Amino acid sequence: MTETDTRKAPPRRTINLHAVGPLIALVVLVLIGMGLNDNFLSYANITNVLARSAFIGIIAVGMTFVITAGGLDLSVGSMAAFVAGVMIMAMNALLPIMGGGIGVILVGILVGLVTGLFGGLVNGLLITRARIEAFIVTLGTMGIYRSLITWLADGGTLSLNYELSEVYRPVYYGTVLGVSWPIIVFALVAIGGEVVMRHTPFGRHCAAIGSNEQVARYSAVNVLRVRALTYVLLGLLVGVATVMYVPRLGSASATTGVLWELEAIAAVIIGGTMLKGGSGRVWGTVVGVLILGLIGNILNLTDLVSPYLNGAIQGIIIILAVVLQRERRLGH
Amino acid sequence: MTGRITLTTAALLAVALPAGAETIGISIPAATHGWAGGLNYHAQATVERLSEAHPDLEFVLTTASDPSKQVSDIEDMVATRNIDALVILPFESEPLTAPVARVKDAGTFVTVVDRGLSQDGIEDLYVAGDNEGFGRVAGEYFADNLEEGDKIVVLRGIASTVDNERVEAFNAAIEGSGIEVLAMEHGNWNRDTSFTVMQDYLSRFPEIDAVWAADDDMATGALQAIDQAGRSDEMWVVGGAGMKEIVARIRDADPMLPVDVTYPPAMIATAIELTAMRFTSPAPVTGRFIIGSELITPDNAASYYFEDSPF
Repeated sequence: MTETDTRKAPPRRTINLHAVGPLIALVVLVLIGMGLNDNFLSYANITNVLARSAFIGIIAVGMTFVITAGGLDLSVGSMAAFVAGVMIMAMNALLPIMGGGIGVILVGILVGLVTGLFGGLVNGLLITRARIEAFIVTLGTMGIYRSLITWLADGGTLSLNYELSEVYRPVYYGTVLGVSWPIIVFALVAIGGEVVMRHTPFGRHCAAIGSNEQVARYSAVNVLRVRALTYVLLGLLVGVATVMYVPRLGSASATTGVLWELEAIAAVIIGGTMLKGGSGRVWGTVVGVLILGLIGNILNLTDLVSPYLNGAIQGIIIILAVVLQRERRLGH
Repeated sequence: MTGRITLTTAALLAVALPAGAETIGISIPAATHGWAGGLNYHAQATVERLSEAHPDLEFVLTTASDPSKQVSDIEDMVATRNIDALVILPFESEPLTAPVARVKDAGTFVTVVDRGLSQDGIEDLYVAGDNEGFGRVAGEYFADNLEEGDKIVVLRGIASTVDNERVEAFNAAIEGSGIEVLAMEHGNWNRDTSFTVMQDYLSRFPEIDAVWAADDDMATGALQAIDQAGRSDEMWVVGGAGMKEIVARIRDADPMLPVDVTYPPAMIATAIELTAMRFTSPAPVTGRFIIGSELITPDNAASYYFEDSPF
């Protein structure tokens, strides 16, 4: 009797620790950073961390949609390097024709966005139309893009013409009311992503497909189209991230974007999206990106830990984040 | 039985080939970063040049993106091309040692470049850059051009024996000069990582007088971070290796880049030329050939600038 009673009692309303967990981790990291170095909260340091996190952040927002719909994309880092290479080559080639003005930069940006979009479309079509596992398709394109950039750069580095670098430079280093452009773009992409995920049919369909593909199909969701669109969206965002990346060092080489795919996936998972799909949280992803960015920054600001162990500390935090989330889920 | 038939065929083939037709196999890492790109460029250019000069020499050039691919490459060269000499820049010392020893045991002339094998006495010829000198030359420049109490930061390469040798020699060279090393972190011979690490150095230390970036890719990233922080006039940067963009800036007397220390990817050309010399001349070519690390200054920069090289 008593048992039945307790079972029927309405669940107590508690704070969703699962959702708040990443935020708590972020706050703890900020406190540690403040304790270790006086300059941690300085305007320049915070701006640096946010701006350099923007590339992974913009890509991770797209990755949230792909993973929510039950997919995965391992090619984004290589794709970013390839897009950067194509942009640089296009702009250098156009310089003698169009002169060193803002026009060349605008065309370069367009080339970057279109190349990214096209790359995402290739992944999406191979996965949905040719019906090949996402893991296999993107593992393949990862190798293809990495080889292509090495080949385009002749094994060295593709550098943007110096004159153009100067014109393009403000896109990374410039500010609006004291906030630098990559941070603004990252914020806009994150807000847009959150709105699309929560308040549009596309966002709901992603979650439905990731949760149960059969049921989604019976509910008249166009599974193939929605799934392909998640990869196209991610490809476009890789283009956006690269447009912000190129003006930073004005170059692309075979080492550009190495392991970005894993950082983006890690950020998504730390933020509370499940790797097997079904529910996505864009703001959580943003928190995940900031956590990863801050770990690197804090380790650089102190001598406490041997630099050999940077990777290990990031790894521990990734695993801890997932373990904590799973235990809370099992506790329900 | 099969074994004997193969042997006979091989003997017949050897007889059928023109006397003196020697095959030189070259196995190097793939062009996955700037320095390796330069290595590939110089390897190809040397093969083309020597093929023209010596029509009776044959070359097999392979590039590997990991140690196990490199082992397969060598096995293929021995099995199908019957090489007389092997020029190898090992991807990693340990995994390549036994395979190269087997090639040597079969009577092939072996030239090892840059990264040594983990066992002594296998190679006939060793051609390498001077890692100890690379750190020492840079360290001596810092000691000569900084005052006592001046502060520097260091960007190290990928954690490895090469990096350790360079940093130890650098530390030894600045010892007693009174220069204060504020921090040493790994920039992994990579522009992006170095940009990030340098940004954090700049937040962390209000006063920095000079930077040893230990590689030109890392120097490029560090320079951008310094530029962004608006502290260009406070410090100068010394890189290393001799990337052509950096050499060009030294030639043009950029105050932020006073000098550079060489570690030339063209050392593969030296190795191939010397190996070919063994078959084309009576000159003895066994032993060790260490290519010095030299200081590139605005006066001599022009002779270190290779227009066509990707590095």
